[in-house]
Amino acid sequence: MSDKFTVSISPHIHKGDSVSKIMWAVSLSLLPAGLAGVFIFGQAALKTIALSIASALLAEWIIQLSTARKVTLLDGSAFLTGLLLSYNLPAGVPFWLPIAGSFFAIAVGKQVFGGLGQNIFNPALVGRVFLMASWPKYMTVFSRPFSYDAVTCATPLALLKEGKSLDIASAASYMDLLFGKRGGCIGEVCIIALLLGAAFLLWKGYISWHIPFSYIATVGLFTYILGPQGLFRGDGIFHILSGGLVLGAFFMATDYVTSPLTRKGQVIFGIGCGLLTAVIRLWGGYPEGVSYAILMMNAAVPLIDRYTKSRIYGTR
Amino acid sequence: MKRALQELSRGIIKENPTFVLVLGLCPTLAVSVSLINGLGMGMAATFVLVGSNIIISLIRNYIPARIRIPCYIVVIATFVTITELLMKAYSPALNRALGIYVPLIVVNCIVLGRAEAYASKETAFNSFLDGIGMGAGFTLALLLISGIRELLGAGRLFGYSLVKGFDPVLVLSMPPGALLVIGLLLGFFNLLKDRRTEK
Repeated sequence: MSDKFTVSISPHIHKGDSVSKIMWAVSLSLLPAGLAGVFIFGQAALKTIALSIASALLAEWIIQLSTARKVTLLDGSAFLTGLLLSYNLPAGVPFWLPIAGSFFAIAVGKQVFGGLGQNIFNPALVGRVFLMASWPKYMTVFSRPFSYDAVTCATPLALLKEGKSLDIASAASYMDLLFGKRGGCIGEVCIIALLLGAAFLLWKGYISWHIPFSYIATVGLFTYILGPQGLFRGDGIFHILSGGLVLGAFFMATDYVTSPLTRKGQVIFGIGCGLLTAVIRLWGGYPEGVSYAILMMNAAVPLIDRYTKSRIYGTR
Repeated sequence: MKRALQELSRGIIKENPTFVLVLGLCPTLAVSVSLINGLGMGMAATFVLVGSNIIISLIRNYIPARIRIPCYIVVIATFVTITELLMKAYSPALNRALGIYVPLIVVNCIVLGRAEAYASKETAFNSFLDGIGMGAGFTLALLLISGIRELLGAGRLFGYSLVKGFDPVLVLSMPPGALLVIGLLLGFFNLLKDRRTEK
């Protein structure tokens, strides 16, 4: 009897999930989008993904060894960072670019702050923005889908930004955008595959709908109302389906470490990301603003958490 | 003699103005793009620091306590004006590169901080040594930061390109790069200090 009666402090009911289990589940849910990316852009995409993951793991290992901390390679977080970073890169980048990006993401994006759980910003996006600011000439050359060689093309959003009329931009039809037949980064193009992974995460309860849906809805609504074609005549669906919005909303804005804790805070976070993304896309200097929007809102998370603190039961 | 050496060396490591006192970050962030700029800024600040330290120390007993800061500013501004005129006359290119940050030495926290915390209490000779030490510490810190930024951000050192075919890390020569490099170096030096006190 006595061995069945354990006295312990809360929590008393545990779901059986752990950080590493969730990390691996998210990595698994990203698999379809990666396969689609490799299918669309060919071998180069596979090489970029592999290099990115390998160097992220290597960076984590080197830093944890040199700072005499516990080596946690198998918790999946470095793997996921590398994977997400490669999904944010064009397929045909030079081999050292994903390596540099992964090292920066792990070292400056995560380990400098003290490792997993301490970082303010999403490490994969830190890596991407670092690469974007340092080597823009490689980060903005996108290979043409299904050509498997060095033929390049612009992304639909870049065409839009260059002032080409929307007719040219939507030469990629909604169907093409949905299945990923367009220029773009490896993991962001095939929306169907991304939604498949997102559905898996939602079903398992690893992410909630609050951030992704408020994010995507805000971008759609904002670009519909204030799009370049005039009030209430913008192409919201085009903006939802193009760029890295779906990838960012489901897989990067929802990062546990860098998003708000409460449901209310998460909705505020999503709306903020959506507004910033839409503003950057419509009036900013860059064609795409998902990564900058998420990073800026990451910085606001402590503030959001403070103002959406839930009431402690029993207090007024 | 030992005391003098101590006054001199204190500013370089133990109380380095940039990495320990964390003063004067504004010019540090702004001009540390290249070694030449860093060296120019460091020399100019050192000259002002030494000059103003000596004068303020000499007149410290005649300055009314209530208006001491304006008095310091007048002395410092005099030396900054000398520096700026000299720089304009003899190296206009450097003056153009440093721009507004030369006249802004007037309100540099290091110069003002040393006047308030040191020169207004110590003898002229000690203040002179303190100025040299602090100036050297500031210059060395600037050289370290600007060296890293110029080497990695532009692939050059003192304007000479080193490696052919190296794609420089552009972001390091942009403003965010200054914050990144200074932050990482600060963290690194704090780590070293922690390790030493642990032992």
